[in-house]
Amino acid sequence: MGKLAVNIPWSGGEFRLNNPVLAASGTFGYGVEFASYGPLEALGGLVTKGLSLRPMPGNPMPRIAETPCGMLNSIGLQNCGLERFMREYLPRLPRNGPKIIANIYARNLADFSELAATLSRAPGVAALEVNISCPNVEAGGLLFGQEARAAAGVTAAVKKFSGDLPVLVKLTPNVTDITEIARACADAGADMLSCINTLSGMGVDVRSRRFLLARRIGGLSGAAVKPVALRCVWQVAQAVSIPVIGVGGIYTAEDILEFILVGAWAVQIGTANFSRPDRIFALPAELSALMDELDIASCAAFRGTLA
Amino acid sequence: MPQMHLCSVRALVPLGEGEKRGFFSLLLEGCGLPDWTPGQFVMLRPESWSRELPWARPFSIGRWDGNGLEIFFQVVGRGTSLLAGLRPGESVRIFGPLGQGFAREENKPVLLLAGGMGIAPFAGYIPRRAGAPNLRLCFGHRAPLACYPYAALAGNCLSEHFPDERPGDLPSFLRRMEELLAGNAREEGLVLACGPVPFLRAVRDLSLKHGARTQISLENRMACGLGVCLGCVVKPLMDDKGRNRSRQPVPPALEQGLPVPVCSCGPVFWADAVELDA
Ligand SMILES: Cc1cc2nc3c(=O)[nH]c(=O)nc-3n(C[C@H](O)[C@H](O)[C@H](O)COP(=O)(O)OP(=O)(O)OC[C@H]3O[C@@H](n4cnc5c(N)ncnc54)[C@H](O)[C@@H]3O)c2cc1C
Ligand SMILES: Cc1cc2nc3c(=O)[nH]c(=O)nc-3n(C[C@H](O)[C@H](O)[C@H](O)COP(=O)(O)O)c2cc1C
Ligand code: FES
Repeated sequence: MGKLAVNIPWSGGEFRLNNPVLAASGTFGYGVEFASYGPLEALGGLVTKGLSLRPMPGNPMPRIAETPCGMLNSIGLQNCGLERFMREYLPRLPRNGPKIIANIYARNLADFSELAATLSRAPGVAALEVNISCPNVEAGGLLFGQEARAAAGVTAAVKKFSGDLPVLVKLTPNVTDITEIARACADAGADMLSCINTLSGMGVDVRSRRFLLARRIGGLSGAAVKPVALRCVWQVAQAVSIPVIGVGGIYTAEDILEFILVGAWAVQIGTANFSRPDRIFALPAELSALMDELDIASCAAFRGTLA
Repeated sequence: MPQMHLCSVRALVPLGEGEKRGFFSLLLEGCGLPDWTPGQFVMLRPESWSRELPWARPFSIGRWDGNGLEIFFQVVGRGTSLLAGLRPGESVRIFGPLGQGFAREENKPVLLLAGGMGIAPFAGYIPRRAGAPNLRLCFGHRAPLACYPYAALAGNCLSEHFPDERPGDLPSFLRRMEELLAGNAREEGLVLACGPVPFLRAVRDLSLKHGARTQISLENRMACGLGVCLGCVVKPLMDDKGRNRSRQPVPPALEQGLPVPVCSCGPVFWADAVELDA
């Protein structure tokens, strides 16, 4: 399927994907959890669950709720921490298949630097994705992703220690002007931008008169957010010259083409993995078939050709 | 290994006056024939569901044999309301079997404690030990007995049931549970419980009081069912030394202190290994 291959240019060369279909952070574990539902080699890549320097227990329960065409989550970035990741999960990550992108999160620049330094030497990790856009940890990411200077600061700190790995910065849609943050990250050395993380949202239950989430406010994802993601990707692709990865509400091959049409180089599949864990594995082939039907020769030929 | 199965509805049968009350047996065919352990579950999502309902729904395996997969469910929200409208022949996707089932201690006296639809996993458990002399079921229920898969199970074990209709019903159910549980503990047997959280808390407290070895099955809200979203977690109970407080051997994930996914580390846990009070 040569026409699906994408070679994403970055300052260190080309980031080569067999196809533009990646799994989004926090929705695909470490890949192995999905191994009985399809061949991991079929994917272009996968982004691992957000990793912090030290283990984090996450937020109180309940921390997920289904909403029409979407879901709210306030997981609070529960994860096992860098040390256990290196020891237990890294060796189990799929090799010689999808590109493994490690998603990282921290509360200060020193931690971001340490995560980047360690992971840049970790065998099997092909890129870093920096989560500067977490709306649901009280003391956290909000600051970085919603303010251009802070976003640039994190980007620069990670870039400094990322060695040979390309750095993706993942933007939050919960800002007044996403292009301002995008430009700041690009200027600070980001190699690619992922758009978007979840949208700030809330749910209540009129019978119990309670919030649906213990943390009250959480992040909305799923089909409901696709128009927002599409708008963000289009705006950011116009504003910066570095490649953009689209994420938000993507379910089908047609959704993928929509993101490529507005300028995305690749896409990530998140909440859709929960409806059917085998679905993502079929998407590259379905994308190929749809491209044939629409006479699209390659992803590159179609990218950003919006009339 | 859990797998995706595309099955079709063979029958949707209202239980008792279940149509009105929303209790059903759903029989699916074409779903393969995996190895499974009672207490395990499947994630289920009809093909007809649009992106409007993104999550599949978890249900205990009631029966899974050459005739297909049977689950028992109660209508509680929008997903289960839609399931109640399934027609024969409709396509349903399930993935599973998922999670860790109940302990299999074939030679021990086993006491099953069920509250309401919490009886569902025992529909999978009892037939596997049919006729065992020391298998007992104690069942508390709000809806009429015929709404649950009770009659078919009652013939295969010592069984008793307690309707919860009037004030005073619940205390007598609890008293009987305590008697049976204390007896089981004296014989160093095994207690298995499934039902609403307040019921499980009562079972846990009685188990601590009498020193019973008890496993509980949790029904937390689930999105992925695969241990990746971390939405369904429960906190392990840890001691001062950072070890799990359970007197039973627990899997390594429960020794690490972080909340664990109910879908992949459970839904069955030793009652003294996890926090029910949060
Ligand atoms: C491992 C496991 C096994 C289960 N086995 C059975 C079974 O055999 N039979 C059966 O009838 N039910 C079972 N359940 C519960 C069943 O999954 C829920 O009732 C169902 O998902 C509710 O979906 P809904 O769309 O109708 O409700 P929603 O509209 O999603 O919610 C309606 C109400 O139900 C609550 N709810 C949502 N999900 C769950 C859940 N997973 N557990 C409990 N309450 C929930 C919501 O908080 C809300 O108050 C099981 C749950 C788990 C986790
Ligand atoms: C349960 C859950 C956990 C997530 N965890 C992370 C995370 O750890 N790091 C991160 O950058 N994004 C995380 N995300 C955001 C997704 O990667 C994605 O950006 C977002 O859900 C939008 O895409 P979707 O609509 O396809 O899900 C999470 C999303 C969900 C639903
Ligand atoms: S439902 Fe996603 S981790 Fe259990």
